[in-house]
Amino acid sequence: MEGHSTYQPKNKVAQWFESRLPIVGLVHSSAIAYPVPKNLNYFWTFGAILSFMLVVQIVSGIVLAMHYVAYAPVAFARVEHIMRDVSFGWLLRYIHANGASMFFIAVYIHIFRGLYYGSYKAPREVLWILGVIIYLLMMATAFMGYVLPWGQMSYWGATVITNLFSAIPVVGEVIVQWLWGGYSVGDPTLNRFFALHYLLPFMIAGVVGLHIWALHHVGQNNPDGIDVKSVSKDTVPFTPYATLKDVFAIAVFMIFFSWFIFYTPNYLGHSDNYIPANPMSTPAHIVPEWYFLPFYAILRSIPDKLGGVLAMFAAIAVLAFLPWLDTSKVRSARYRPLFRIFFWIFVVVAVGLGYLGSQPSEGWYVIVSRIFTVYYFVHFLIILPLLGFIEKPKPLPASIADAVLAKHAAGGATVMAGASAPETK
Amino acid sequence: MTIRSILFGAAAAALLFVAPATASEGGGHDGRPPRLSWSFAGPFGTYDTAQLQRGFKVFKEVCSSCHSANFLYFRNLGQPGGPSFSEAQVKQIASGYQITDGPNDSGDMFERPGRPSDHWPAPFPNEQAARASNGGALPPDMSVLAKARSYHVGFPGFITDAFIQYQEHGVDYIHAVLTGYGEAPEDVHVQSGLHYNKYFPGNQIAMPNPLSDGLVEYTDGSPQTVDQYASDVAAFLMWVAEPHLDARKRIGFQVVIFLIVLSGLLYFTKKKVWKNVAH
Repeated sequence: MEGHSTYQPKNKVAQWFESRLPIVGLVHSSAIAYPVPKNLNYFWTFGAILSFMLVVQIVSGIVLAMHYVAYAPVAFARVEHIMRDVSFGWLLRYIHANGASMFFIAVYIHIFRGLYYGSYKAPREVLWILGVIIYLLMMATAFMGYVLPWGQMSYWGATVITNLFSAIPVVGEVIVQWLWGGYSVGDPTLNRFFALHYLLPFMIAGVVGLHIWALHHVGQNNPDGIDVKSVSKDTVPFTPYATLKDVFAIAVFMIFFSWFIFYTPNYLGHSDNYIPANPMSTPAHIVPEWYFLPFYAILRSIPDKLGGVLAMFAAIAVLAFLPWLDTSKVRSARYRPLFRIFFWIFVVVAVGLGYLGSQPSEGWYVIVSRIFTVYYFVHFLIILPLLGFIEKPKPLPASIADAVLAKHAAGGATVMAGASAPETK
Repeated sequence: MTIRSILFGAAAAALLFVAPATASEGGGHDGRPPRLSWSFAGPFGTYDTAQLQRGFKVFKEVCSSCHSANFLYFRNLGQPGGPSFSEAQVKQIASGYQITDGPNDSGDMFERPGRPSDHWPAPFPNEQAARASNGGALPPDMSVLAKARSYHVGFPGFITDAFIQYQEHGVDYIHAVLTGYGEAPEDVHVQSGLHYNKYFPGNQIAMPNPLSDGLVEYTDGSPQTVDQYASDVAAFLMWVAEPHLDARKRIGFQVVIFLIVLSGLLYFTKKKVWKNVAH
């Protein structure tokens, strides 16, 4: 997809500069001339939305860090100082706290879009694995960020999660004490989490750079899941076409974001986190942030501690092997009638695990959690490998241009090959 | 495609209108606090200054004899979007308290009248003193209490709450606890030193019933009842916990209107640019 830049500076100074550092040409080839498949739907705008959210989080986070103090006896009070006395501090903090949730909402849509349209398949395996790494870094960053206000959920969430490492045989205890910097979660833990919470977003930005590089090298997947045959017929230049569509999507996403910042800023948080951390008093239910709930449900569904920890990490690690677990040559679920059904079952199971993770671990919740956990792995390890052999895919269009033409020829709403695809154009 | 978008939009719109109707039925029974109608609820909500001033009086005369509010400063009482006392009133309220300051040049701590820049003086010097005076129980700090308390909503209320912007779990809970005292049912054994309360988790609370009709004198003609006191002080505590709520909702409306117009303009620009491209 990528070639030498067609950028030819006319100005003498620009020519001089370009022959020494072709950075303007790089920007031109990747953000202006870069060919984008014509048939992308709005699910393809979430990459831009995520880049935007990363910038929002870094900028708001840096300003918050100017007012915050990572010292256990005052951390809670400093956050309240930001909320009360810093000019627009309440706005900064609500942007940052809800921004984390928005980031995860966007990333989950982005991931499920990749799952639905088979964006992980050759030649995009490395692109996909880089995405899994970003997701892991995001989870680490969000977890450590939630510890910083030093409320009850911060403290006890940190205690529960760091204690997971004690399940490792022999060296577990030593690792946990090393993580804590002591014999329990305390001031040293808060301090190092703050340092890492400041570092990791820049690592995310670095991996995002690689992610975009890999994307621009192999080109974007598209709703029909077929390769670009002719750049002139199948694609449009990134600017103005994709740029405008992305900016529009970001503006709409900001309306959604604003709803939470201004009207329900504490909806996604937990009220216990407005109680200062108290090592002597354990909350009735320790619940992680909503975006961790499916994995929390998997952790709790295994009766053995080490088994639970392994299952939880395996649930994320299995995503990295997805390009080889899915044996079908066809990418898009539009042309995979059976896969489409299993995709939606998987969505229900994943959301269901999220709900179960928020409920107390008792009664029928435990039984359903176990069934769903088993199904989660069955989906990746058994269903996806087998489907490639069992399923008879629908015929693929010859090219993206043909797919677009066929859609317009049939007209109206009945055309969609993937009738259940969640698309809005 | 278009039809599907319209259907989706219609479903979303229907949800917006149906959700409040179903959600407002919840509460009031099975130990869940009833949902009151607060002046600061909803997208255009603002604090009721008179209510905050009454609530402040209840807080000052009743609550603050046991509860601290360390993040509340006297100066906050004069800020816009709060009880909005005048500068002179704030100074007068502050000077009614003796604050320990120092050390002075000879190294001694000394007492002086409070100033607007002082925070609300705590009733006890430390946690141990507070516990010793309250039968072993610690009266929680009230600075963010209205955001630190909640109650279980369950499915599907917890989803519809996001649509109807219900954020008043804490205030409803505080009002409910203050009005939830009464005789324990016969099958409940209340431990000595504890008091039966319908809405407190576990139903046994260390705090004795703090309010009674006529306890605090109101000068604006509002009813001097426990229910009125409870509402007023709960509203006041909401303000203490979230002093910038008025500004937040006002700015929020401006931001959302701006974004809707911006999105509209971007949508039509995008449409025009894509006009000649089949996609």
